[in-house]
Amino acid sequence: MKMIFILHPLGALLLSPLLLGIVNRTKAFFAGRKGLPLLQAYYDLARLFQKSAVYSRTTSWVFRAGPMVGLAAAMTALLVLPIGGGAACLNFTGDLIFLIYLLGVMRFFTVVAALDTGSAFEGMGASREVQFSILAEPALLLSLLAMGEIGESAIDSGIPLPHLSLSGIYAGLSFSAWMHSGTVLLLAASALFIVLLTENARIPVDDPNTHLELTMIHEVMVLDHSGPDFAMILYSSAIKLWIFGALLAGILVPVRSGDFLLDGAATLGGIFLLPIGIGVIESSMARLRLLRVPQLLSGAGVLAILAIVLVLKG
Amino acid sequence: MRLILFSLMIFCFSGICSFFFGKNPRVANMMGAGGTVMGALIGLVPASIVLWTGRIAEFQRSWQIPYGSFSLKLDALSAFFLLTILILSAIAAIYGCTYLWDYRNRKNLGASWFFFNILVASMVMVVISHNGMLFLMAWEIMSLSSFFLVTFEDEIKSVRQAGWIYLIATHIGTAFLFVLFILLAHRCSSLDFTHFIASGVNGTSLTGTAFLLAVIGFGTKAGFMPFHVWLPEAHPAAPSHVSAVMSGVMIKTGIYGLFRTLSFLGRPEPWWGWLLIAVGLTSGILGVLFALAQHDLKRLLAYSSVENIGIITLGLGLGVLGLAVNQPVLAVLGFGGSLLHVLNHALFKGLLFLGAGAVLHATGVRNIEQLGGLIRHMPWTGTLFLIGSFAICGLPPLNGFISEFLIFVGAFMGMGLSDVSLSSIGVIAGLAAIGGLAAACFTKAFGIVFLGEPRCTPALPVHEISWSMRLPMLLLALGCLGIGLLSPWIISAMNPLIGNVTGLLINDIDVHLAVIVLPLQRITALSCFFVLILASLILLRRHLLSGKIPGQSCTWDCGFLRPTARMQYTASSYAQPITTMFGFFLQTRQTIHAPEGLFPARASLHTHTDDVFLKRLFHPLFHGIHRLLLRLHWLQQGRVQIYVLYVAVTLLSLLIWNLR
Amino acid sequence: MELWIDALIVLLILTNLKLIGSSRLSACIRIVALQGVLLGILPGLVNPDQMTLRAILLSAITIVFKGMVFPWLLLRSMRTSSVRREMEPFIGYSTSMLISVGLLALAMWMGGRLPLPIPLKSPLVVPLSLFTIMVGLLAIVSRKKALSQVLGYLVMENGIYAFGLALALKEPLLVELGTLLDVFMAVFVMGIAIFHINREFDHIDTDLLSALKG
Repeated sequence: MKMIFILHPLGALLLSPLLLGIVNRTKAFFAGRKGLPLLQAYYDLARLFQKSAVYSRTTSWVFRAGPMVGLAAAMTALLVLPIGGGAACLNFTGDLIFLIYLLGVMRFFTVVAALDTGSAFEGMGASREVQFSILAEPALLLSLLAMGEIGESAIDSGIPLPHLSLSGIYAGLSFSAWMHSGTVLLLAASALFIVLLTENARIPVDDPNTHLELTMIHEVMVLDHSGPDFAMILYSSAIKLWIFGALLAGILVPVRSGDFLLDGAATLGGIFLLPIGIGVIESSMARLRLLRVPQLLSGAGVLAILAIVLVLKG
Repeated sequence: MRLILFSLMIFCFSGICSFFFGKNPRVANMMGAGGTVMGALIGLVPASIVLWTGRIAEFQRSWQIPYGSFSLKLDALSAFFLLTILILSAIAAIYGCTYLWDYRNRKNLGASWFFFNILVASMVMVVISHNGMLFLMAWEIMSLSSFFLVTFEDEIKSVRQAGWIYLIATHIGTAFLFVLFILLAHRCSSLDFTHFIASGVNGTSLTGTAFLLAVIGFGTKAGFMPFHVWLPEAHPAAPSHVSAVMSGVMIKTGIYGLFRTLSFLGRPEPWWGWLLIAVGLTSGILGVLFALAQHDLKRLLAYSSVENIGIITLGLGLGVLGLAVNQPVLAVLGFGGSLLHVLNHALFKGLLFLGAGAVLHATGVRNIEQLGGLIRHMPWTGTLFLIGSFAICGLPPLNGFISEFLIFVGAFMGMGLSDVSLSSIGVIAGLAAIGGLAAACFTKAFGIVFLGEPRCTPALPVHEISWSMRLPMLLLALGCLGIGLLSPWIISAMNPLIGNVTGLLINDIDVHLAVIVLPLQRITALSCFFVLILASLILLRRHLLSGKIPGQSCTWDCGFLRPTARMQYTASSYAQPITTMFGFFLQTRQTIHAPEGLFPARASLHTHTDDVFLKRLFHPLFHGIHRLLLRLHWLQQGRVQIYVLYVAVTLLSLLIWNLR
Repeated sequence: MELWIDALIVLLILTNLKLIGSSRLSACIRIVALQGVLLGILPGLVNPDQMTLRAILLSAITIVFKGMVFPWLLLRSMRTSSVRREMEPFIGYSTSMLISVGLLALAMWMGGRLPLPIPLKSPLVVPLSLFTIMVGLLAIVSRKKALSQVLGYLVMENGIYAFGLALALKEPLLVELGTLLDVFMAVFVMGIAIFHINREFDHIDTDLLSALKG
């Protein structure tokens, strides 16, 4: 393992809160406001880490463990996440399942921590979160696999990358892959994008800035967390956004020159453009009615299935 | 082999002893549980030796029963199931000691222990017998002894009802097995398994029929949808340690039977794999959906067993498909994942049933809607139940993830192969959906029961269970963690077992297992890394909060300052979005009394999810049969003479038919 | 080139899914119109070397009728009968989507097995046509409003058209024109029928027609 591979997880740890800032600035720009500073998320994190915490008398250790398990899972996931064509720290056949299930670990503990408060609102949020994940998980997995079936088997510095690992999948995507099976990639990317919006609690699925608890999904689950606990939640959601951003940027910016730094830089650019796209969507769309969200997600599932059926057929 | 017979003898002896000492609950408990544990410990020795070396132990005696011979054989497949059975039975027996103590004044504990030991002994016989007649006898004893265990609390009407459903279902399944073995015996003119394999039924039109009979017959025991209807009835009715054994290992004898039958039938055909995968998807997805809709904790767990049997069947189907299209890597990964999930499910489902038993023991309540906040009174049970829930959702770093991972990777390998592609996509999408649904189901089970505030005032003061009940659960939880973290070595050690099932050479299997061993090593490394980060985060948090006094308050309820326990989210409302989404399958009934007027007085909402198959398929079917049979009612005259006449006429006509 | 064919076929598949998954009738009509236009373009892409005047004429007629005339007729009858949405279909929208994904898989499988007299440009045309036919049938079976059933009928005809296309325009022009005329008559008659049903009963639920039987 080359030392250079460590750069990406470290960079992600360092830069991911910036993504939240970019989304906010974009939205402010469209609303004609000046907006928060780009580094606001860092200030928030620093402030929250220094604060003390308040706990509900109802809660048990599960509530305190939730944010830590979530952050640990998100940080572990960074180790199998490739950046563009550059391989991840660890790659192995089926690491995409590991990544998805780590996100599952994160969700499991966020949900049980929410249920631990005994609040009706947090229960409601938890219920919606698990409902949407049922549809989002297969869509994510199938769209990644569809991309894996397109790409030519990739070789990284003499060692063949496992064909069905995230690193292998992303190393195999390139401009020529777009040329000969762009349809599949487009379908997979659209499915992935819908999953990104869902998993990161973005409009049109969820509104991170709403102040009506009744309509929230993700934010309502963490209402009772405070201080360092809330900082960890904020941080892990930034990392989660980074993870999905890297997955999507890896398709949309298929620069595969073979040079780790160049490819990495191109993908990094893609990752930072993505929050702008999210900001544009959030400024131009209203959130969907909650009953419509499952339809959107099953749409994503259909796109993913279509992609994989096409690639196996064609 | 001697040791196995010895342990069988211990099971029977201790069972009979505890039966005779039934008047004295303490002695019965000691004899029953002690015998099970001792017999299991002795039996584990040969099982592990065979599993480790792959050497086969045999025992044969001639027998007076026609077609029967007392032949036993312990190969790797038998040894693996034997291991699972013995471990879980012993652990459940320790737990049962304390669990049954509450019933000492009302019930004859001796009888319960007698049937428990007989059940364990018969399960052992089922997996080691190598003769059709012996197998069926053991199978029947297993069904009957578990029937008596289910009807332990026979003064309750629903328990008797559950017992009847179980008895009928299991006998219908056995009827199919009779036909299966008669078919095979007719072909091979013997009921010995050795002859089945040697003379080979393969290549004839018989194999397809035999396979279907095995799927229905063994599937009834294993709980394939739609033959699962007895499971959600029988498991909640039985005492918890018995439910753990029944759900953890007894239904797996059905899976064992399928594996064994497949070894008789030679090279499978692709449609067998497709059928098994279709069955697996149905059982898996519908099983967990029905689990999600339940309010009874043990009923929920029973449906979740159907789900896990579905996952096991997915692996099995993938393996069969791999053999059929000559892709050994598929066979290795599919069978490997399937078998490992058998063991895993025994561990975490055992743990969860024991946990449910602890809840029942402490509160006397099985309805999830009335529970809540138990983790503060029962921290050990709560934590152990959380570990079980985590494992059953297939989340890393625990064991459920490993077996699902094997099946996932197997399905990956199948993509792009003709005849397998579509099934592979089905397996992948199905497993992912099952994973998400299981997470919903078990966050509900754990979250509503153990977290929040109690939803009703408990009838008796809730207390933590004693160490004799905690220890068995702790052992099972350690097993879950151990398999999760030691997976590369465990998979490598499964080589002889997989060889036994697939018929491949050891070296070939090593090559195919290499596909999975490296990923598993990395997963272990990542899991350790995860635990490390978690530990350092815990330290970090402690450091950050040191010197500060965390505030205490009530839960934020959006400005409402006096939240009560009754305002919490309920299990039904938690599951409602999903049950509505899949309402097409679940057909949940709702009774709503909506709030009316400006000052609504009482409002209520009740949901109930019946088993669709029981209600729509089996009830009409059995009613139809009943009505049909009523037409023959005139035959039943109630006079002995007429019955003798029937017998005589039948015999005579058969004779004439033969002499014609 | 193949990329474009694939993209077009995927778009056609998506129009089918959109049709089966949406409740607003006007959206359904527009989607069927779009499908007609796409189908009109398809022959030009699949068999560019066979683009005779006849073929171009056929494409043009297809686009005009399926993309403009039929939708216009249907939109008009929708307005006169003042029905906006398909309410409470026999099979819900999410379930219909699920079923149609299953049908897609079935169509793919069948498309691979169907013996065809000639090799095809794209392996996806036959599955597409089978899928379109099945979705049309599903719409007819599972919807209540007469308008949706007309749409299902149209989609089914689109599938048959695509199937004919797969066989490289071997059939004579007359047959194709005959089919078109057939469909035209069907849409026309159904439009009139809807109009009259609506006038007599104030709704167009075919479900309630069963009340007419003796």
